[in-house]
Amino acid sequence: MNEFFTLMKSELVVTIILFLLLFIKIGKGMSNERLLVFIQVLLLINFIAGFVANEEGSLFGGLYYTGEMIVLQKNILNLGVLLISLLFADWFIKSSHLPEFFILMLSSLLGMFFLLSSGNLLMFYLSLELASIPVAAMANFDLQKRTSSEAAMKMILTSAFSSGILLFGISLVYGATGTISFEALPALLSAAPLQVMAFIFLFAAFAFKLSIVPFHLWTADVYQGSPTATTAFLSVISKGAFAFVFVTVLYKVFQPLHSVWYNLIMLLSIVTMIVGNLFALRQQNIKRFLAFSSIAQVGFILVGISSNTAEGTASVVYFILIYIFSNLAAFGVVGLIASQANRESINDYRGLYQTNKFLSWMIALALFSLAGIPPTAGFFGKLFLIKAGASQANYFYIIIAAVNLVVSLYYYLKIIRAIFMEPNEQPIAAIRVSFSVKLGLVICAAGIILTGLIGWIYDYIQLLG
Amino acid sequence: MSNALQIALIPLLPLAAFVILGLFGNKYVNRSAGIIATFLLASSAALAFYTAYQYFFEYGKVEGVYQKVTAFKYTWLQFSDQLSIDIGALIDPITAMMLVVVTFISLLVHIYSLAYLKGEKRFATYYAFLGLFTFSMLGLVLSSNIFQMYIFWELVGVSSFLLIGFYYDKPSAVAACKKAFIVTRFADLGFLIGILVLSFYAGTLDFNTLIERLTSLQSAEFKMATAASFMGISALTWGLVLVFIGGAGKSAMFPLHIWLPDAMEGPTPVSALIHAATMVVAGVFLVARLFPVFQISPIAMDVVAYTGIISALIAAVIACTQTDIKRVLAYSTMSQIGFMMFALGVSKTGGEAGLGFTASMFHLFTHAMFKALLFLGAGAVIHYVHSNEMKDMGGLRKYLPITHITFLIACLAISGIPPFAGFFSKEEILLAAYHHYPVIFYTALITSGLTAFYMFRLYFSIFWNKQTQVHSEHSAPHDSEKHGEGGLAMMLPLIVLAMASCLAGFIHFGNFVTADGKPLTTALHLLFSVAPVVLALAGIGIATWLFLRQNDSPVKYSNKLGNLYKAAHQKFYIDELYGFITQKIIFNLVGRPAAWFDKNIVDGLVNETGNGTTTLAEKIKAFQSGKVQQYAIYFLGGVMGLTVLFIYLWK
Repeated sequence: MNEFFTLMKSELVVTIILFLLLFIKIGKGMSNERLLVFIQVLLLINFIAGFVANEEGSLFGGLYYTGEMIVLQKNILNLGVLLISLLFADWFIKSSHLPEFFILMLSSLLGMFFLLSSGNLLMFYLSLELASIPVAAMANFDLQKRTSSEAAMKMILTSAFSSGILLFGISLVYGATGTISFEALPALLSAAPLQVMAFIFLFAAFAFKLSIVPFHLWTADVYQGSPTATTAFLSVISKGAFAFVFVTVLYKVFQPLHSVWYNLIMLLSIVTMIVGNLFALRQQNIKRFLAFSSIAQVGFILVGISSNTAEGTASVVYFILIYIFSNLAAFGVVGLIASQANRESINDYRGLYQTNKFLSWMIALALFSLAGIPPTAGFFGKLFLIKAGASQANYFYIIIAAVNLVVSLYYYLKIIRAIFMEPNEQPIAAIRVSFSVKLGLVICAAGIILTGLIGWIYDYIQLLG
Repeated sequence: MSNALQIALIPLLPLAAFVILGLFGNKYVNRSAGIIATFLLASSAALAFYTAYQYFFEYGKVEGVYQKVTAFKYTWLQFSDQLSIDIGALIDPITAMMLVVVTFISLLVHIYSLAYLKGEKRFATYYAFLGLFTFSMLGLVLSSNIFQMYIFWELVGVSSFLLIGFYYDKPSAVAACKKAFIVTRFADLGFLIGILVLSFYAGTLDFNTLIERLTSLQSAEFKMATAASFMGISALTWGLVLVFIGGAGKSAMFPLHIWLPDAMEGPTPVSALIHAATMVVAGVFLVARLFPVFQISPIAMDVVAYTGIISALIAAVIACTQTDIKRVLAYSTMSQIGFMMFALGVSKTGGEAGLGFTASMFHLFTHAMFKALLFLGAGAVIHYVHSNEMKDMGGLRKYLPITHITFLIACLAISGIPPFAGFFSKEEILLAAYHHYPVIFYTALITSGLTAFYMFRLYFSIFWNKQTQVHSEHSAPHDSEKHGEGGLAMMLPLIVLAMASCLAGFIHFGNFVTADGKPLTTALHLLFSVAPVVLALAGIGIATWLFLRQNDSPVKYSNKLGNLYKAAHQKFYIDELYGFITQKIIFNLVGRPAAWFDKNIVDGLVNETGNGTTTLAEKIKAFQSGKVQQYAIYFLGGVMGLTVLFIYLWK
């Protein structure tokens, strides 16, 4: 019984917070400002609790298992959620359904936790749905905007479609091997055509969640239409969680199919990087731009994943940590400007430095890190991904990745140039940055600078991997 | 160990001045920047004097021999078990002497600049740069290993660059600082390769260990370094010559001297500090530091000696024809450093034969005093006349009496007239060359005659000759304070230096600084002194005859000399030669093709990639239509396509 509490601690804490929020919703006594602070404190407690009393083991006959690496991954997601609660404070306070948004977000987070800990395909499927469906509702949260509803609709439809394919794949796996347990599967898998097909179906579900080309088409529409907080959650937290699980599933369960998935990942990662970069080049809307740039980033994550070594796991986890800081900082600034000035076009950002120095520096730092310019952490993140990918000695692939890295510099710097150098007749007016947002941005900035410079963070992750 | 702290503070105090004034200077303490920096430097100078005193009179001497004392040392980068880069401080006689020279001259320049740069907009920046320079120079002389020295060597170059280009709105200053930087950079490349060669064979970067290993004839390192050869010359010699190239660049030796005259674009006190007394002798210091190793290789010693004497002669000839007073002084500096160099080159270790080393260091010391005095005096003149050109000057002795007297003392000192400082040191140098190097000796003798001539040409042109009209409006008594000699802050350094120029010669340098650390008694040979002094007096006499009164004989004689005069006036066309090599040969044969390649191939490729991607992006835009049904079809198509690909085609 004791084991139940210690092993499932992360899930339990999130569940308790969820119930608390439900009660608050029923009670309805607090102003949004106080409520937000209360929620932020709860999320902080949740984050801190992640570091206490962690053990390794499995529950429910192998349905659920956890270990140090999984706890670390959950902590990283917790950190991301905490940052979101800080960064989008302005929008939250204006919202008329504040508790619901967090209830949905935490439900999705709970789903991700179970996903990370799942030890069997059924559990995997259930938690995947728990992680996805609330997000569709979150996408609909700009209730007065039609684009928001459209985004939610598109998301739920395409995600249902991908779930269908996933279930088909799972049933094929079961048909071919007679088991759905992660532990038993590797021994029974081989590169037989039926199993390859089953694997590709399963793979497509991941590809959908991670917006790997050609399964990425929903991304831009949903990112653009959703409230920025949802977009940030989708593009950072959700992607992080799925990338973590993807690594585990590929390395542990589908190891016998390595020769297939290596080529598959290489192919799709090249396509993803190129398409992500090409589309990002052309975007006028900054949220859409970030969506496509995040697609290109996923292409890079795949480079790390392709290594099939412990270094690959470590580099992905490390990159996601940095990616959370960088992308959330970018989304934080974009969200703040969208909610206060209601402007989302890249052209609106021209001359931003004249009126909003702090925000300009923050978004510039975030974009530098996303572009992978030293000494920001993004540089180290990409360096380790590419280094991990190079362990397969496929230099053609690595060179293509490096070339794409250089191309991506162009569009990131284009925005920085717009902010700092281009004149604007009607720049965005000076924006009041509340304490909460400022705190969030400063944490992100510290993360962007320090994560790369403090060597033991990567060493620690590698130790766990 | 308090001693270590005391020595560490000597360079750190000027660094503090740099940091404080660099960060807050222009905004908060612009006016008082000079006072702050001067105070910090005075503390540093006091410590340096005290350190030198302690070293020479208290602990430095063990059984009659001056020891090399490592005050502190800690490992900075450990490459392997044997090889590491340390940061440390090594005190020996030449370091102690250099500490005194650098802090003393720097302090006087700090004081002098209080008046000279008063009202300058970037006053604090100027003092910050001075602090940086002093810090780097002190770090250089204290270095306990060759790599540390290289770091400070570069830092000195940077601060010199910053100070030459201090008036950055003047195009000539910008060009000059670039030139200085680039020329010395090329020389530094030689230095760096030399360091690598020497340390590769010695297996260490530490000065003491390096010298010990490369001078003991039995050690494995020494055998390896002399056995390995390239183009018939041993690796040891190559290493030393390369290191010397670095020193020659910094010390403006022929043919790497072209940056020094142009460097006079910097503020005049800076010229006094950097381009006369301290930085330019870094090359001499470097050779002196590695002297025991240089001694092993006769070829390297000859290179040092002949480079020195050629530079001394050429610079003296050019100095006779220049009309910009600072340029005259610049060439005279180059000439005097040539003296120091060849004195090292002809020296041996131990006893009478080691006279050259002592003489060189002695001359370095006295030269720092009187050359700084000359520059500061020239600064006072320029301050008054607002021009560097001799033709704008003349008859200034009435308006600038103190400057006049001190300048005269300095001229006598540099010309080697007894009993001024330059006489004693130059005499020792000539004596050192006399026995074994007749060619060098006679050339040096002629050069010292020339020195007297061009210095007095300068002196008479400024203070006698025609009556200048430029500043008649200034001569009104009520105005004199404003436009006179610049007050106490400017006069005090002149007077102090003039006293030093009179007295420095009486120090028994042989007691303190020798090649082997043992005292050396130097005697004055009266008969030997006759020839140089007579030659110097002759030089002064000719200068008096030509320049005391305004007349046309200088023009007449220079016309008679014809092409020789013209060639010397054009600095023997060395600048043009460099210009030809760089612009015509290097630019055309290397630069242009490289630029073409960069522009058309590299840039073209990049541009094409950009254009190509944009076009491609335009084409696949239709792919992203916003329709969910189509998304589903692409999704399904993707799954099926991949399945087919991986089951049937790509196994």
